[in-house]
Amino acid sequence: MSLADSVLNGDRLALARVLTQIENDTQDGRAALATLFPNTGKAHLIGVTGSPGTGKSSLVNQLALYYRKQNKRVAIVAVDPSSPFTGGAVLGDRVRMKDLSGDAGVFIRSMATRGSLGGLAQATAGMVQAFDAAGFEIVMIETVGAGQSEVDIARLAHTTLVVEAPGLGDDIQAIKAGILEIADILVVNKADRPGVENTEKALKSMLELAHPTQHIFSHHGKYMSVASEAVDAALWIPPIQRTISLDGTGIPELAEKIATHAEHLRVSGDWAARERARLESEIEAFLQEELMNQFRQNVPESKYDEVMKLVYKRSLSPWEAVKMLMNGRSK
Amino acid sequence: MTDKKIRVLVAKPGLDGHDRGAKVVARALRDAGMEVIYTGLRQTPEMIAEAALQEDVDIVGLSILSGAHMALAPRILELLKANGQSKVKVFIGGIVPDEDVPQLKQMGVTGVYGPGASTEDIIKDIKEAVK
Repeated sequence: MSLADSVLNGDRLALARVLTQIENDTQDGRAALATLFPNTGKAHLIGVTGSPGTGKSSLVNQLALYYRKQNKRVAIVAVDPSSPFTGGAVLGDRVRMKDLSGDAGVFIRSMATRGSLGGLAQATAGMVQAFDAAGFEIVMIETVGAGQSEVDIARLAHTTLVVEAPGLGDDIQAIKAGILEIADILVVNKADRPGVENTEKALKSMLELAHPTQHIFSHHGKYMSVASEAVDAALWIPPIQRTISLDGTGIPELAEKIATHAEHLRVSGDWAARERARLESEIEAFLQEELMNQFRQNVPESKYDEVMKLVYKRSLSPWEAVKMLMNGRSK
Repeated sequence: MTDKKIRVLVAKPGLDGHDRGAKVVARALRDAGMEVIYTGLRQTPEMIAEAALQEDVDIVGLSILSGAHMALAPRILELLKANGQSKVKVFIGGIVPDEDVPQLKQMGVTGVYGPGASTEDIIKDIKEAVK
């Protein structure tokens, strides 16, 4: 029996090993994904993002506890950054998820970004597919502590939670483009802290100024809307939920909002539209990588170095260099 | 950017709450290009073995300053084996009397590091152990 078949049979060690192969992008990993892929498309993918220290991991811990009470199997992919200098990483999200230890219905996997900049790692989507195929009904994806533009999660998840905490920014931060735009649900965590009213007010006024926002993603280099094909269907207005991850306050209400959002996606047709957009962007990323690999194989290193030298000497602009290299390829 | 990385679980079994050593080692291994999963304090052997399985690590580092190493280490090795992870190596940092070291090594512990141990040695030994 192949490793992927064992995953489908519920073997946890096989799952752990397949995840490693997917992460390392080995031939075995690609083969496993090919076997698993027809079994995907069932899980509800929930993204959790927000600035460092807003309490994402603790919130994921509480949500997982809640879903376990409803007997749903929960997988968690927790992404932390790799060092840009050494490639090493300290992955510390498990520290906040001790409550989930010893429960066979939960599987937590930490991963490092390994050079990706969008808040996820390149292999995150593949890992999520493996969990989906393995029968986890809920897959939560926790991004790195995100700044303003780490928005890849919106392409991967069905429902994106953006976690804020009191005292982090004013109403101008709230109308900037980027991370707040991708929220399907806004969570004001640490709601026992002073300033929670101001944070909530800033978020509310942001929503009032700019709503409803359509989800629009880049497609073949152009911007494309994946929002409702039935535009008349009521557009989703992100609700705001206060939570306290330390004691679980607000978690049942948050879970309810997540369920309402899933229902909205299904009714409006956005669920399918998001699935399509995700698969397209995945294929596009793989295509780019493959084309780059082909290019590297076709252009001899010496040619590359030669062109680079001309650029160093500033006798060739970077664009001219690219043109020359592309011509080299077609030879 | 998808090369094979050495994945290390750094865990603190037992009840002592002094984790500076574990953090220093985690940081040093990070700087050596490894991916370190840190579990935090007060882990049971079962929690550690479960985390090692989910994270599919190559090696587990245990920080023990409580004196319970002769009970904890064999239990964790046993659980790793029971989970099908007999290839996963284990090393220990903390306070371990010299006379216990040979016995720990016989159980399969690849290295024991006390106060003043150099992180370079730990890194070298890990690279050797997971080859």
